[in-house]
Amino acid sequence: MKKTIQLTINGEPVEAAVSTNQTLVQFLRDDLGLTGTKHGCGLGDCGACTVILDGKAVNSCLVLAVQADGGEILTIEGLAENGKLHPLQQAFVDKGAIQCGFCTPGMILSAKALLDEKPNPTELEIRTAISGNLCRCTGYQKIVEAIGEAAEVIRVREES
Amino acid sequence: MGDYRVLNTRAPRVDGPAKATGQAKYADDFKMPGMLYAAILQSPVAHARILHIDTSKAKKLPGVKAVVTSKEAGLIKYGVSPARYDETLFAHDKVRYVGDEIAAVAAFNQDTAQEALSLIKVDYEELPAVFDMFEAMKEGAPQIHDEFPGNMNAEVHQEFGDTEAALESCDLVVDHTFLNKRQDAAFIEPHSCLAVFEPTGRLTLYTSTQVPHYVMRTVAMTLQIPVGNVRVVKPYVGGGFGPKCEATPLEMSCGLLSKITGRPVKMSYSREQVFLHSRARHQFFAEMSLGVMKDGTMVALKNKAVLDGGAYTSFGIATVYYSGSLLGGPYKLKSMKYDGYRVYTNKPACGAQRGHGGVAHRACFEQLIDMTAEKIGMDPVDMRLKNIMTTGDMTVNELDMSSLGMKECIEAIRSGSDWNNKKGKLPRGKGIGMACGFFVSGAGYPIYRSDTYHSTVVIKLSEDGGMANVLTGSAEIGQGSDTTMAMIAAETLGIKLENVRVYSGDTDYSVDLGAYSSRQTLMTGHATKEAAEEIKSKIALYLSEELDVPVASITFGDGIVKFDGGPGNFDKLRTSYIKEHRGWTDPPSGEYLTFREAARLAYLKAGTIVGTGKYKPPKLGGSYKGAAVGTSPAYGCSAQIVEVSVDLETGQITVDGMTDAHDCGLAINKMSVEGQMQGSLSMGLGECLFEEVKFDSRGRIINPSLGEYKIPTALDMPKIKSIIVESNEPNGPYGAKEVGEGAIMPTIPAMLNAIYDATGVRVNELPVTSERLFMALKKKEEGV
Repeated sequence: MKKTIQLTINGEPVEAAVSTNQTLVQFLRDDLGLTGTKHGCGLGDCGACTVILDGKAVNSCLVLAVQADGGEILTIEGLAENGKLHPLQQAFVDKGAIQCGFCTPGMILSAKALLDEKPNPTELEIRTAISGNLCRCTGYQKIVEAIGEAAEVIRVREES
Repeated sequence: MGDYRVLNTRAPRVDGPAKATGQAKYADDFKMPGMLYAAILQSPVAHARILHIDTSKAKKLPGVKAVVTSKEAGLIKYGVSPARYDETLFAHDKVRYVGDEIAAVAAFNQDTAQEALSLIKVDYEELPAVFDMFEAMKEGAPQIHDEFPGNMNAEVHQEFGDTEAALESCDLVVDHTFLNKRQDAAFIEPHSCLAVFEPTGRLTLYTSTQVPHYVMRTVAMTLQIPVGNVRVVKPYVGGGFGPKCEATPLEMSCGLLSKITGRPVKMSYSREQVFLHSRARHQFFAEMSLGVMKDGTMVALKNKAVLDGGAYTSFGIATVYYSGSLLGGPYKLKSMKYDGYRVYTNKPACGAQRGHGGVAHRACFEQLIDMTAEKIGMDPVDMRLKNIMTTGDMTVNELDMSSLGMKECIEAIRSGSDWNNKKGKLPRGKGIGMACGFFVSGAGYPIYRSDTYHSTVVIKLSEDGGMANVLTGSAEIGQGSDTTMAMIAAETLGIKLENVRVYSGDTDYSVDLGAYSSRQTLMTGHATKEAAEEIKSKIALYLSEELDVPVASITFGDGIVKFDGGPGNFDKLRTSYIKEHRGWTDPPSGEYLTFREAARLAYLKAGTIVGTGKYKPPKLGGSYKGAAVGTSPAYGCSAQIVEVSVDLETGQITVDGMTDAHDCGLAINKMSVEGQMQGSLSMGLGECLFEEVKFDSRGRIINPSLGEYKIPTALDMPKIKSIIVESNEPNGPYGAKEVGEGAIMPTIPAMLNAIYDATGVRVNELPVTSERLFMALKKKEEGV
């Protein structure tokens, strides 16, 4: 059975007919071609499919597409502005926080949700915010550093 | 160290922006018109004879395009090492583990493919199964492969010197045993493959692999397609760590189904299927004796290994050799004896994982050194330094340490962690421990016996001269090899990193054995350097002809060309370049001839300028049986100190800090080197404290998810102090060697030695959960 949903994705209005058992990650990847959102486990364990839904970081494999009806979604494709990397993306590149890159979109979006709420997080707050995003490559150290640096860049930018 | 412009810096990865923006494409991100979706039927029972397979209902399901079993796939045996090809794509006579592949289906969507699987009827006659390696070795145990009586997949017996006599002569002999648990590599991207068979007879696989070259060979063999008609393309890969080092049933099924249907076919493993496919770290049982003199001199090591291989060989032959050969260093020994046994059980096959074959035995050995040091009253750091090998030493099993900064690593972590003020001075419940290790910079020999080059590289200049395109079959799997090759090419050509583009992971580009055994920096690096040098000499030759100057007077660097160290007279070249490119945004300028202008001249003289490079190691190692495994042109090494706090009431362990030093030769990209070091530590920490693939009594995995199989999160990892130690490796390009695997070697024993320091309890079984440590503490209190 299909149901029509209307939502905002990366600032653009989207209307689509989706199966009622279709997950948000399937909708984003298969129907809309937004493959920056990754599918790592389908169980909400790994965090690779993290997107921001109405301001909160969620595992899009645990959300049905129909549940996102009326919602506002940010995926990794919507983060850079006018071809310029978001400070989080830039810091991940500059600080060596990316290896295989499969956890990166989800990791960045979890960090974005954190910084939107807490512009000046402690290291423990950063680690807690990304503790649902598994990374097997980096040992997290450079990711934590990158998020700290991005927070600083955003703060300075907003002060000026 | 040389004066480098690109190398030895902290360069952001060339693929960073693509990965940070979600533009980077992984295998599961591909879609093609008319694409079918596939799924594999796997055995629900651990050991059974297949009496009958009925696919008729599945074939009739609307939307199903093909159903294949061993009838369609044939019974061509494959595996990793030709000496032990023991798998067929689909089981035909019997299944040997829960997950063994029986059939595959292609349908117009995923749901239909799954439904079709449920309609395939398989009649099994269940057989007794065996899940424990020691049980499997007993007389009367269920036989898993007829060809291997006693379930003995492989045996290794090696001895260097007279070990028994040497042990007799020692002042002290200390024994230890150790047991790790089966691991899952837990890369975040599950395997995925898209196969496209064209009417021309050509098959292309877009697949998540570490080894496009080996996948190409295996798929060509099993699907009976001429190898020239098989192309394997590796898009971005979401981690591998070893298990993606061989062709999978997923890849072969997609290829076969595409060949049969003439349509593109895609399949991705679920997370549970990743666990079922496994090919990750074995379970090892180690039994060791170390003989030393009173002054701490190590003399002899006796080492026995039993490996639970699971139902097939996979990489296991190499694994069982590595468990012995990788203890030959980094300490001087007079003699060493090794007996290794790899045993079949009715579980998923184990294979290679980071630190291949060496990790568990290194853990046992490094604990044993600490136990011995304690008995003779020596500081563990001093004991290691007393026996340490240095550059130029040869191990007892003939591994040549052509560079070895092991001593420098130990000294770096000793001061970096403030060891001298902590060891023996911490309160109960706090502990500090250390360990060392080393690893190959690329296996000395290919998996199949061959005189093949291990790496070839092609560099092709753009016709305007502004871009060097590096074409390589090497596999970027997250470790940063594309960036490494770009840096080596840029340095060698004397141009900026941004003027190099790397095209990799495609068997059509070049030959490369792939991302395993920490080989690409050294081997692909050599080939890249050689290709760039050829380009340079071609350009120099044409410049010399055109400007009538000697070749020897021409030097390249910083994007410009100098003649006898000066600008020379190149006005004519500049004028014509600017004329040819009128209206372009970036005309060459400055007082020196640019590389771009020089490369353009070469193009005008000779057409597209191409340089090729190649590398294979010289003949390495001794002449004894199995001497090839463990050989390498160079060895990286690592030393670590770990500090822990243990809650003595609960056994809960907190890792407070890790200090890690690694000798990688010249650090091509310091940021990537640190990334490999820190990632290794996190995998080691997980294996030590949490990770264990568990089975029920019928051989079914009970924790096949990343929720129940726990890997470290950001909250589990302490601050790591990473210290890069740079030796100058004569056999490495620009003196570089490995970092990807050597760095995991010391992690587990350093942690276990720290736990002992904190508690007085010597744990010899992983993982050290709070329950296991609590029980051990209780036992100690009760004086058992």
